[in-house]
Amino acid sequence: MTQTVQHHKEPLLRIVKRDGIARPKAYAIRIAAVLASLVVSGIFIFAITKLNPIQVYEAIFDGAFGTNRRSWVTIRDAMMLLCIGVGLAPAFKMKFWNIGAEGQILIGGVVTAGIMRAWGGDLSTPALLAVMGIVSLLCGCLWGVIPAVFKAVWNTNETLFTLMMNYVAIQITSYCVALWENPVGSNSVGIINQMTAYGHFPKVFGQAYGLNVVLVLILAVGMYIYLKYSKQGYEISVVGDSENTARYAGINVKKVTIRTMAISGAICGLAGFIEVAGVSHTISTETAGGRGFTAIIVAWLAQFNTFVMILISFLLVFLQQGAIQIASQFNLNDYASEIITGIILFFILSSEFFINYRVIVRGGKEAKGK
Amino acid sequence: MKKILALLLTLVMALSLTACGGQEETSDTPADEGGETTQGETADIKVGLICVHDQNSGYDVAHIDGLTAACEALGIDPTDTNQVVFKYNVAENQACYDAAVDLAEQGCDIIFSDSYGHQPYMLQAAREYEDITFVSCTGDQAGVSGLDNFKNIFPYTYESRYVSGVVAGMKLKELMDAGTVTDPKVGYVGAYPYAEVVCGYTAFLLGIQSIVPEAYMEVQYTNSWFDLAGEAEAANTLMARGCVIIGQHADSTGAPSAVQDAQEKGTVAYSVGYNIDMLSVAPTAALTSAQNNWSVLYQATLEKFMAGEEIPADYATGHANNAVMISTLGESCAEGTQEAVDAAWAAIDDGSLKVFDTSKFTVGGQTVTEYEVNFSIIDFESGDVVFEGPTENVISDGAFQESVYRSAPYFDLRIDGITELNNNG
Repeated sequence: MTQTVQHHKEPLLRIVKRDGIARPKAYAIRIAAVLASLVVSGIFIFAITKLNPIQVYEAIFDGAFGTNRRSWVTIRDAMMLLCIGVGLAPAFKMKFWNIGAEGQILIGGVVTAGIMRAWGGDLSTPALLAVMGIVSLLCGCLWGVIPAVFKAVWNTNETLFTLMMNYVAIQITSYCVALWENPVGSNSVGIINQMTAYGHFPKVFGQAYGLNVVLVLILAVGMYIYLKYSKQGYEISVVGDSENTARYAGINVKKVTIRTMAISGAICGLAGFIEVAGVSHTISTETAGGRGFTAIIVAWLAQFNTFVMILISFLLVFLQQGAIQIASQFNLNDYASEIITGIILFFILSSEFFINYRVIVRGGKEAKGK
Repeated sequence: MKKILALLLTLVMALSLTACGGQEETSDTPADEGGETTQGETADIKVGLICVHDQNSGYDVAHIDGLTAACEALGIDPTDTNQVVFKYNVAENQACYDAAVDLAEQGCDIIFSDSYGHQPYMLQAAREYEDITFVSCTGDQAGVSGLDNFKNIFPYTYESRYVSGVVAGMKLKELMDAGTVTDPKVGYVGAYPYAEVVCGYTAFLLGIQSIVPEAYMEVQYTNSWFDLAGEAEAANTLMARGCVIIGQHADSTGAPSAVQDAQEKGTVAYSVGYNIDMLSVAPTAALTSAQNNWSVLYQATLEKFMAGEEIPADYATGHANNAVMISTLGESCAEGTQEAVDAAWAAIDDGSLKVFDTSKFTVGGQTVTEYEVNFSIIDFESGDVVFEGPTENVISDGAFQESVYRSAPYFDLRIDGITELNNNG
C-alpha cells in the first residue's frame, strides 16, 4: 500500500477538515485575518488614492469614535443592527431562511409612525410608547408567522415567501407615506410631532439613545438565555440540525417553526419601533435601509451567539461610519470606502474556512509527519 | 511553487513598506500649506454641504460645483477640508441630523443641505446650534419657523422651464408647419404632484404656448425623484398616447434615453431635460435642458454671511442674476430657436415678460384674479399648524407672483390644457 501511494505525486496543497480547533487558535486565525485585510486594504488605498493608509485608518476611527456624539451615533446604529440580528438568530438557527427582516422592520415602523401621528398628545408618552411597542411587535409577528404557516402546512419555500413579504411591506409603507406626506406631493413625512416630541423616546441616563441601548441589550441577553438554556431553544437547534431527528424525538416541527418565526418577526417588528420612535421619528421606504439583510451577516458570523453579535454589529457600523468620514475628509467617493469594507469582510469570512479546514502543503512538516 | 509564494510575499511586504514610506511626505506638505492659507487669507470661515447623493447624480453635481465655484470666487479653498467639508450620500432621515451636527462640531460656521427632505433635520440641528447658520436649499419653512439661523434658497427654476418650453415650442411649430405633426400634444414626466413640479410643468407649457398657442399637455408622475426605469416607462406611455415633446422634472436620464430609442425606431418625438445636458444620452432627441446655477445663490449667501450682514430667511433669484439657464441647444432644434431664446431671456430680464401672466392661462375657464396661499406649515392629517404663517393673495400686477413671498415654489394651480394622468395624491 505504501508503495502505491508513493507512485502518485502528492498534490501541492491538500485541504483537510479539522476535527476541532482550540479556541485560542481559532481567535488567532481571526485576528490574523483582520490584520491581513488591513495590509491588503492599505495596498489598495495607496495604489488607488496615494493616501497614507495609516492616516485613512485613523480617519475611520475618528469617524466612528472621534467625538462623544459620533460614538453615540456608532452605538445607536450598532444597537439597531444588533436588535435585528437578535431577531434573525432563532430563525436562522432553525435553518429557516428569514430574509424578510426588512419587511418586518418596515411594518413595525409604519404602525409606530401611524400611532405616533394619530394619538400623539392624546396619550402620555410612556403609554404611547407602550402601545406602539406592543402593536409593532404584533405586526412584525404577523409578518413572520404568515410565511411560517405556509412553510409548516404546505411546505412552501420560505426564502421566496419572506422576500415577497418585504415587497408587500414596502408598498404599504409607500402608500402610508403618500397618505401622510407633508406638504402634499413631497413624498416626505418629515419628523412626526417635531415640536411636541410626543411618542419620542425620552432621555435615559441623560443620553438620547440610552433607552435604545437598554432595550436592545435586554433582548440580546434574553435571546442568549432562550437559545442556550431553554427547552424551546434546544428544540430550535434540533429542528435546525435535522427535521427527521426532531420528529423522531417527538418534537412538533410545525409548532416550533411557527413559534420561532413569531418570535423572530416580533423582534424585527420591535426593531422598527425602536428605529421610528427612538431614532428617526419619521417613516419612509428607506427606514429599514438594507439592515434586514446586513443583520443576516451579523447573525451568521456570530454563529447565533448574541454576545459575539454585539462585537460584529460594532465592527460593521464602525466600518460604515469610518467610510462616511474618509469620503468626506479625503474627498473620496463612497465606493472607495465600501471596497475597503468589502476587503475586510472578505478576509473575516474566509478566516472561517481556515478555522474549519487546514491546508497541508506538499513536503511540509505535516505531510512528512503522516 | 514555494519560491513563487515567497516571492509574492516579499513583493507584498515591499509594496506595503513603500506605501507607508511614501505617504508621510505627501501628508506633511498639504497640512502645512493648509495652516498657512487659513491664517494668511481673509476667508476665516468653514462651510459644510450635505448632499443627498454624490458626484454620480446630476442634481448633486450642480450643488457641489455651485458651492465650489462660490467658494473659489470668495477666496475660500474648496479642496481644503479645514474650510469646506462635503458630506455625501446623506439620506433624508436621521442621517441628515447626524451629518449636520457633526459638521457643527467640526467647527463649520454655515451649513448647507441640498435636498428638500433634509429640511426637518436641518431645522432640528438649527434649534440646537443657535450660533451656526443652517441653509436648507429648496426648503420652504425658514420664513415661518421663527428661527434666526435657519434659511432657504431656491432659484427661479420656472424661468428656465419657460425658456426650455420656448425651445420645444419652436420645434413643435416646425413639425406642424411641415405637416409631420397635426396634434400639438406635449408630455411631461413629473416626480411628484408637488408645487415645485406643478410650477415647473406649467411654466414649460406656457413657454410652448408662447410659440404654439393650441399646445396642450399630459403629465405622468413617477413618484420618485430618481428612477431610470420608471422615467423611461413614463416617457414611453406618453409617446404611445401621441405626445411629441417629452419634458421632465425628475433627475435621471431615463426619459431622454427612451425618447432617443423611440426616435431611432421611427417615432417623431423630442426630449427636454433637467439639470444636466442630455445630448450625451440622446444626441438627436434632446433639444435642451432647464438648468439651475446654484453658485449664484451660494455666493450671495456666503457673501452676506462673511460680511456679517443679515441673510434673508428666503432668497430666490433668476436669470437676471444668472441663477438659471438652459443647456446647449441640440442639433435637432428648429431654425431660429437661438433668436427666440435670446428674445425670451431679454424679456424676462427686463421684466416685460412675466412667466405666470394671468392673461396667458385660465383655470376652469376663468382668468385667475385672486389666489390666496396660506404659508403656514400645516400637518395635513391632523390639521395642526406646525408653524404659523401669513395668508397672502399672490396675484398682483397681472401675474402670479411665484417665489416672491417664499423662495420655494407655491404655484399649485392646475391650469386648463394640462391633464394629470396619475395623480393619486
